[in-house]
Amino acid sequence: MKLGEWQMAGNGADGETARPLAIEARGLVKRFDGFTAVDGVDITVPQGAIYGILGPNGAGKTTTLRMLLGIIDPDEGVRRVLGHERPHEISHLIGYLPEERGLYPAMKAYEAIGFLGALRGLPLEEGRRRGKILLEEHGLGYAIDRQIRQLSKGMAQQVQLLGTLVHEPKLVVFDEPFSGLDALNQGKLERMMRGLAEKGTTVIFSTHVIAHAERLCDEVAIIAGGKVPFAGPVDVARDRIPAQVRLETRAGDGPWRQALPADARHEGHYWYFSLPESGIEPLLRALIEGEAGILSLSIERAGLHDAFVAIAGEAAARALAEDKDESR
Amino acid sequence: MSGRLSTLAAAMVIARRDFTAILFSRSFFFFLLGPLFPILVGGLAGGIGKDVQSSAARPELGVAMAPADTRAMLAAYRQLQPELGRALPVLVTVGDLQPGQQFDPAAAVQDKRLNLAAVLTGTPGQPVLTGPAERIEQWRGPVALLAAEAQRGAATSYPEVGLKPLALATTADEARSRMLTAQLGQTVLFLLTMLLAGMVLSNLVEEKGNKIIEVLAAAIPMDAVFLGKLFAMLAVSLVGITVWAGAGGAIWFAAGNSLGQFPAPAVGWPLFFVLGTAYFAMGYLLLGSLFLAIGSMAATVREVQTLSMPVTMLQLLNFFFASWAMARPGSLAELAAIAVPFSSPFTMLARAAQDDALLPHALALAWQVVCVAIFVRVGANVFRRWVMKSGPARGGSERKGLLARLRSRPAVR
Repeated sequence: MKLGEWQMAGNGADGETARPLAIEARGLVKRFDGFTAVDGVDITVPQGAIYGILGPNGAGKTTTLRMLLGIIDPDEGVRRVLGHERPHEISHLIGYLPEERGLYPAMKAYEAIGFLGALRGLPLEEGRRRGKILLEEHGLGYAIDRQIRQLSKGMAQQVQLLGTLVHEPKLVVFDEPFSGLDALNQGKLERMMRGLAEKGTTVIFSTHVIAHAERLCDEVAIIAGGKVPFAGPVDVARDRIPAQVRLETRAGDGPWRQALPADARHEGHYWYFSLPESGIEPLLRALIEGEAGILSLSIERAGLHDAFVAIAGEAAARALAEDKDESR
Repeated sequence: MSGRLSTLAAAMVIARRDFTAILFSRSFFFFLLGPLFPILVGGLAGGIGKDVQSSAARPELGVAMAPADTRAMLAAYRQLQPELGRALPVLVTVGDLQPGQQFDPAAAVQDKRLNLAAVLTGTPGQPVLTGPAERIEQWRGPVALLAAEAQRGAATSYPEVGLKPLALATTADEARSRMLTAQLGQTVLFLLTMLLAGMVLSNLVEEKGNKIIEVLAAAIPMDAVFLGKLFAMLAVSLVGITVWAGAGGAIWFAAGNSLGQFPAPAVGWPLFFVLGTAYFAMGYLLLGSLFLAIGSMAATVREVQTLSMPVTMLQLLNFFFASWAMARPGSLAELAAIAVPFSSPFTMLARAAQDDALLPHALALAWQVVCVAIFVRVGANVFRRWVMKSGPARGGSERKGLLARLRSRPAVR
């Protein structure tokens, strides 16, 4: 299948109005010395979306992002970024914040922002002018003339973030943007990402923290072991797992028990089981007619974490949890 | 509003950053001072050596004759010395011999307290030289002249000889002189290339340490990063060379010297300098691109030194090859030295000193430009392959040895 055909299929499937794609990649493969780091990754990112690439460390997130950005070329597969097969051709429309932040220590904060803009085609003086304004707007006015080496790590990260955005890109890619940030700055970054999306900028970020993806993303790609077992809207991922029912009854036993699935668990006063495919109404009817004496009944939709476990497997979920603990 | 950058424009962004960062750093001041130290040490060593040579090394001829004969010989020495200078041995009296007095000239020559290369005994009419065979053979003529003058007894006046120096040199002299200029040009070119091309290494290692390399690689093509770094360091090098040449030239001319003291190259001094600059740029870019590729594989300065050592040795061999070929103009050896990219600049600069034909320079420069383009492209690919695989693996792959890292698969995130 060619990229264009795929784009039509991907966008028209749910019957919604087709949004143009910021990124479409098909069958991306990257091998390093015989080791397959990324193995046939498919990703489509609609323009203006916040898209998360979710997976534990070593899953292939950074390698995938680097291929999408043209930092490295895939061994197999095709990619198209903002309609171009060569990402460097539209470098001026892209912003990228790598996981390992880096700035020239001797540069002043506004110069660093100007330089990052110049790399993306913004005239150096204009970039420096915008850099001063951005620093003022983000409460870093006092740091304008300070060298990067004089700033704290967190402040330097913010300067690099502003440098990533100074040329007003249409697509912003963040690799593990929340790592190393305190809770306050994580909140600020989340707000900034939402603000970018509201302005029509496509935001892609990789993370191993499910909570960020769950709060921010319209769509996610779950990546594990170099493969993407799921890519699509967060709701669709959640729907991979049936909703969970918690039931409390007055009667301990009776004909109503036949209405429960065979794998229903009984813990304390409660029964736990997946909502049957037939839905809640037949279940309720069977419970009432079977004289269960319903004291309470709640239906909880699956979270992204549960979806991740179901899609990527327990091992990947454990790795993700370990990464999260380490990053704290 | 931002717009797409061409590869050259992107390279200039990198070059401008690197150039200003280096030029306005404190280390650049010391970099400029760097070459003064060898010159200073060389000057001091030369001065001391000259002093030692003039005071201690000049051999003396001991005179052991009857007092009247000794006085006559010394008077003759004073008479002839202004005309013959260092051609005459320095005379020192080691003994006024009375009639019948025994004297052992061999013992005097071997006496460690004396600085005698030989001893003169007998009379001015029958002088006898005792000493090592080579030395007394060398002094036979001057001593005969001194003895004849001593026998004459009266001061002699010598006619003033008019000097008419010719600017023209014989063909043999000219070829030999130009060979010296060629050698000098090659050596300076080699030293500058090695000194300055190595600088890109530390620059790149620093950048990898700063983690900024991924930002650069994401924004612009790797070729542009490479070119930008090479251009910046070339510009820095040219600034350094201008300062050194300016300072050295000022001192040279202030001391009353002129370029005319050096044998003029075949293409003339102005063109020789132009070609020298062009060949420096080519040699620098070739070696710089190789060093950059090496730098991409190294994570620390120590690794850079380890990896660059073989390249330095090979470049030394190239220099020797070019020097050897220089003495064989028009031979297959010279053609081979011109064709090999790394020896080509040295060989062609030597040719500029020896031969005034310009077409070979145009062809050689074109060939070198092609080689630079190939080396930069290959270097960029190596760089992309080694640097942009992924970041450090969990568990500290940074601690692994270089060879272990080269053998192992990269970490992937």
